Amino acid sequence: MRLRGGSGGAGQGWAILGLAVAVLAIAFAIRSAYYELVLTQVLLWAVLAVAWNLISGYSGLFSFGHAAFWGLGAYTVALGLIQFDLSPWLGIPACAVVGGAAAALIGFPTFRLRGHYFALAMLAYPLAMLYVFEWLGYQELPLPMHREAPLRYMQFTDPRVYVVLALALLILALGLSLRVETSRFGMSLLAIKQNEPAAEAAGIDTWRWKMRAIVLSGAFSAMAGGLYAIVLLVVTPETVFGMLVSAQPLILTLFGGVGSLWGPVIGAAVLVPLAEILNAELGAWLPGIQGVVYGVAIIAIILCAPEGVYWRVRDRLRLRQSRRMPSGAETAPAAPAGAERSRTEPAVVRSLQRRSDRDGDALVLRGVGIAFGGLRALDGIDLAVREGSLHGIIGPNGAGKTTLFNVINGFLRPGTGSIAFAGHPLTGLRPHAVCRLGIGRTFQVVRAFPRMTLLQNVVTGAFVGTRDDRIAEQMAVAALDRVGLGRRAEALAAGLTTKELRLMELARALVPQPRLLLLDETLAGLGHDDLGDILGVIRQLRDDGVTIVIIEHTMQAMVQLVDRFSVLDHGRLIAAGQPQEVMRDPRVVEAYLGKRWMERVQSTGA
Amino acid sequence: MRRTEKVHDTRTALPLSSGTGGEDHAAPNGLHTARVTAARNRRPYRLLTGTRMPFSSTDFLQALAAGITVGGAYALMCIGLGIIFGAMRVVNFAQGDFLMLGMYAAFYLTTGFGALAFLGPYAGPIVAAFLAGPIVFVLGWVLHRFLVSRVTGIGLAQTEGAGGYAQIIVTLGLSLILQNGGLIVFGSSPSGIRAPLARASWEIGPVLLNQARVVSFAVAVGLVAVVYLFLTHTQSGKGLRAAADNSTAAIYMGIDVDRAHRIAWSLGVGITAIAGGLLASSQSFQPYTGFDFVIVMYAGVVLGGLGSILGAFWGGLLIGIVQQMSTLVLPYQLQNTAIFVVFLLIVFLRPQGLFGRLSERT
Repeated sequence: MRLRGGSGGAGQGWAILGLAVAVLAIAFAIRSAYYELVLTQVLLWAVLAVAWNLISGYSGLFSFGHAAFWGLGAYTVALGLIQFDLSPWLGIPACAVVGGAAAALIGFPTFRLRGHYFALAMLAYPLAMLYVFEWLGYQELPLPMHREAPLRYMQFTDPRVYVVLALALLILALGLSLRVETSRFGMSLLAIKQNEPAAEAAGIDTWRWKMRAIVLSGAFSAMAGGLYAIVLLVVTPETVFGMLVSAQPLILTLFGGVGSLWGPVIGAAVLVPLAEILNAELGAWLPGIQGVVYGVAIIAIILCAPEGVYWRVRDRLRLRQSRRMPSGAETAPAAPAGAERSRTEPAVVRSLQRRSDRDGDALVLRGVGIAFGGLRALDGIDLAVREGSLHGIIGPNGAGKTTLFNVINGFLRPGTGSIAFAGHPLTGLRPHAVCRLGIGRTFQVVRAFPRMTLLQNVVTGAFVGTRDDRIAEQMAVAALDRVGLGRRAEALAAGLTTKELRLMELARALVPQPRLLLLDETLAGLGHDDLGDILGVIRQLRDDGVTIVIIEHTMQAMVQLVDRFSVLDHGRLIAAGQPQEVMRDPRVVEAYLGKRWMERVQSTGA
Repeated sequence: MRRTEKVHDTRTALPLSSGTGGEDHAAPNGLHTARVTAARNRRPYRLLTGTRMPFSSTDFLQALAAGITVGGAYALMCIGLGIIFGAMRVVNFAQGDFLMLGMYAAFYLTTGFGALAFLGPYAGPIVAAFLAGPIVFVLGWVLHRFLVSRVTGIGLAQTEGAGGYAQIIVTLGLSLILQNGGLIVFGSSPSGIRAPLARASWEIGPVLLNQARVVSFAVAVGLVAVVYLFLTHTQSGKGLRAAADNSTAAIYMGIDVDRAHRIAWSLGVGITAIAGGLLASSQSFQPYTGFDFVIVMYAGVVLGGLGSILGAFWGGLLIGIVQQMSTLVLPYQLQNTAIFVVFLLIVFLRPQGLFGRLSERT
């Protein structure tokens, strides 16, 4: 598995085991009950931070409301114990159910929101709960003591037992996080973080992955909250639903490193003891010192190392490693990838050849229209793209070209008309579903995942095609070969040229082996030589049997490339046909060069 | 983490006046008056259908009046937040804490240093509330110059990934520092300005109007008018609005967007601080009080439409009314929950708000 950097899953597994041993060693080395409590808290907050990172760190949707899950967990255990004499051994698993269900209920409406709105809405949930629990009369809920059956009620006199319990929970959370990180789950979340529309277009069902992530995250947060209640023996709305609880995982993770397995743990290990000990030493005469320390820490980290401690250290180490390596070593890792390549290629080629046998229209639009307010962006578009052809769509800026693509691949729903692809109606399908039917697309502005290698960037597109992550990777390698980037598979996306980025995006769209490719200004911003290279790749794809629709507003390159032209202007299709005849169409010349030019041409011609 | 010393619930705060004739002074969030009147007039109110409403018409009018008068200060603080969000697209979590600073500034000006003692007990608190504005304005200016501008502004707004969140994190950090620093400096026990106005009310028919709230409403509305004129008629105000509308285009037009942001930020926190100063004479407060108002402010601003100044005014006023009216049908502890519910409903059903337009694009 090479989906994530050079760090293999097995190595990380050993690291988790190492962490467990280290924590146990510390727990048995320290003799003070107070420090055991601090250690337990470090572990529990680490669980919350790992859970927060699972949804917010990987997908980039920052939750300011994880206290909702933590608090529900704490109250589940406490109320279970008080009202139903429920043993925490059952209460904590029950927290997972409660937390997961609450997360699903919260995620269901809230994922419709983006950016600031998502963050603000998440903030409201725990605060609303805080007041509800106050109103219910649970201002202070002390857990009943059961000295007679410590095992049943998890009320041990030895504080080290709590360390072990919290550690077990943390290991579970880290194990889950590791599995997510090294699978298509994590890759899909990362793709959402970078560019959600692009992820949808690559066939990733973004909504489903987000829901899964938040349910898992809510379950673990609630379990940690439940254990927290057992450890502290008292639950108040303010200590479990309060703003500081929601802020805590965010601060710990940002400090340690967002979107990394170890970031949340690093943050908890540094900040929790620091704040706790400062509070114990100075709390008497500086009552808010803990919050001040957190505030200062988080501001300092944002200003000095905004990516967090983990990434900063890792980037440093990588840099040092690459300096030490001889220059020739850089191409070496590509070799094993080449070996895998030869095995998958025949299958890819075969399936494509089969496709090119068919004839007729691949994509048919009838009377498609869409309006934004008063602006009719598309108006009665009738378009048929022949199977296996290279169809160009040109038009001046604002003609509606990109809107047309957005309507075809499901970002926008047409107000009127119908769209069909190989006989399937597309109208009303979400982008990932459209992608699944075999339509790939690229974007005008390339969005790469800068921290990931080319191969990792491309592999996100392969999840549609296969359920097996290994096969997905082989497909990605094959796609990179098709666009001629096979040798650069291990390069980081951040260092690519414009041409390579365009080709990378092309490869990403190609990975699921689409039958139709929508290319949005793939040629924009390229120099003459690069243009030739990309035109070659596009022609090769057409010859392999892929139907291609390409948007451009520069005519020259298009005339050599396409089989047919459609010309858009002000949302209407004003001409269609062979490149040469379209070029001569007076309406097209007028749309492009203006009326005056047209008149001059006519007058000189006459 | 345990925070036992944190006194969160403002409703358990000490009464401002001790004893005689104190039943008319407004308890935090203006509830007390409503409940006292409600107890006095228990006239059940019948709808045409004959169903008994759980409250009387007097209750209704009283809650409405309380909502409008408290809504004035809410509207003012919402405008403060609205200016910042509108111009900078920054979600400022510390806005409530600047409100709290405004409260303490007004408190110390009136009582602590006795500096405004010569103005007497009536004008003193109001003048102090006004002076809280410039004090927090200067603090905001310094904070923006050395901290906030490093994570906001033109160059950073478009950066990918965590870049967009850096601003939220910084304001969150600021909020933690102000709240907990406030705990160190001001102590955790609730304070309040003893304003005689807060203990007096005007009686209009069956409705009691708390004088401090009516005055603060009038002051707030007047100030809103001034801010509106500033934004529409002065060079700085126009530049600020241009930067808010399209900061890139504003740069090309030669507007110093960084300066516009600094003005927006400082003005925004200053205005909110004045709102805090006005509230300080009718409710008790402590260093964590600001947080209670964060959602009030965001609900108001979102209700009015993010980025719309006039919208923020009406949004804030409406939130005040919702908060007070909710006590007619809900237990008073749940009045903030009512605001959250309204807030979530707006966010889901009409994210552009009443006056806003949808500008967020995918």
